Amino acid sequence: MEGFISLFQQYNVPAAFLVNLELTFWSALFSAILGIVLVLMRISPIASMRHVAGGYVEFFKNMPLTIIMVFMVLGAFAQLKLSFSDNFETNFFWLAVVGLSLYTAAFVCESLRSGINTVPLGQAEAARAMGLNFMQSATLIIMPQALRGSVAPLGNTLIALLKNSTVAAAASVATETSSLMSEMIEFRPDVIIQIFLIFAFGYVILIIPIGLLTTFLSNKLAVRR
Amino acid sequence: MTATTATQQDAQGDDRYLVELEHVEKHFGNLHVLRDINLKVKKGEVLVIVGPSGSGKSTMCRTINRLETIDSGVIRIDGQPLPKEGRALAQLRAEVGMVFQSFNLFANKTILDNVTLAPIKVRHMDRTQAEREAMDLLARVGVDSQANKMPSQLSGGQQQRVAIARALAMHPKVMLFDEPTSALDPEMVNEVLDVMVELAHEGMTMLCVTHEMGFARKAADRIIFMADGQILERGTPDEFFEHPQTERAKDFLSKILTH
Repeated sequence: MEGFISLFQQYNVPAAFLVNLELTFWSALFSAILGIVLVLMRISPIASMRHVAGGYVEFFKNMPLTIIMVFMVLGAFAQLKLSFSDNFETNFFWLAVVGLSLYTAAFVCESLRSGINTVPLGQAEAARAMGLNFMQSATLIIMPQALRGSVAPLGNTLIALLKNSTVAAAASVATETSSLMSEMIEFRPDVIIQIFLIFAFGYVILIIPIGLLTTFLSNKLAVRR
Repeated sequence: MTATTATQQDAQGDDRYLVELEHVEKHFGNLHVLRDINLKVKKGEVLVIVGPSGSGKSTMCRTINRLETIDSGVIRIDGQPLPKEGRALAQLRAEVGMVFQSFNLFANKTILDNVTLAPIKVRHMDRTQAEREAMDLLARVGVDSQANKMPSQLSGGQQQRVAIARALAMHPKVMLFDEPTSALDPEMVNEVLDVMVELAHEGMTMLCVTHEMGFARKAADRIIFMADGQILERGTPDEFFEHPQTERAKDFLSKILTH
């Protein structure tokens, strides 16, 4: 118990978790937008759009996140001079957000597509038969029903994103939890177990509500047929 | 009646043709589902399409608003060839009402919204007027009291009547019915057929794929019989039911009319 207290006094653990939550928030937002665009492309009547989106999803789904994150720093920043800010910390934060968003968007797209597959084909046919165009049928009829069917897989994607945000350490975000944990292990080897438990329980506490919320929402929003 | 006399009869009418199919062919892989389909439907005509399962009658019905594409041939709606994908096709579909076997009411919209959606989004009608028209149509098909419910709360027969109202809300030139009563419980079939008979008497141009021979006798101006992707017979209900010409038609009628 004394170990815990001294650790909390010495290190600002909540601040580190806050960085992960911020990474998660922005990445969730951007990957949601990109994921919706991708899934609309994937179901669009235009073949080239479908191929581009399909290629994107396959590429990022099969790419280890660490490689994307390292690329963001060594490739996008160091070689291609992509920079968000002169402040190193801010810059790496947004580079990490971009990497996480590009990666997670592939999974958002797949979650939404699994939801779209739960919408009977007749719904789209009826919409088309009445003269609605592709965007109208997609936004008014298909997506609202697909979102309800996608709540559970989207929740899982969000949980994965929160945990994946620790990989931001690979993009030189030094203030987030896994970086702090390495630092604590290095300087306080006397309380390794306590350090472990702090981060393990920290994530469990953050993630359990997401799981409960998605279960609640997918029951509440279920489409009756 | 043979195909030649049917064509002569078509040519004599001075009314314009709303639906024309010429030499329409379609394959599903190796399956030849539509073989040289030629068909003309006059304004105000009620055409009933019958035939055994897998004869291509639903597919033919769905090609008319391009829910199924065709390999070759021409389809014209009110003189205009069917456009390829895009805005022109959407506009044309708005003129052709369609009623499906499985109703296909929008599951995320109320009954009223189902009926007003296309008039508002496609015809840019204002909401008050669209709702007023929708309530009139719902009253006409007898489901106006259900206007604020979701589709899943209605019986199959009620849902199908809403689907008819939804199609009528676009003031279509022609209505396509793709086996509208096949998914219904037996006691709900008549409530839907009654609405269809009423529409037929009001002069709506209709193409109905159906197994309801009673409806065919009562409402059809003309019947066509399809088998194996071909139109084998065309004639008035009396001609078709009393004097079928082909063996396939005789066989088909003997199987469905004996009970």
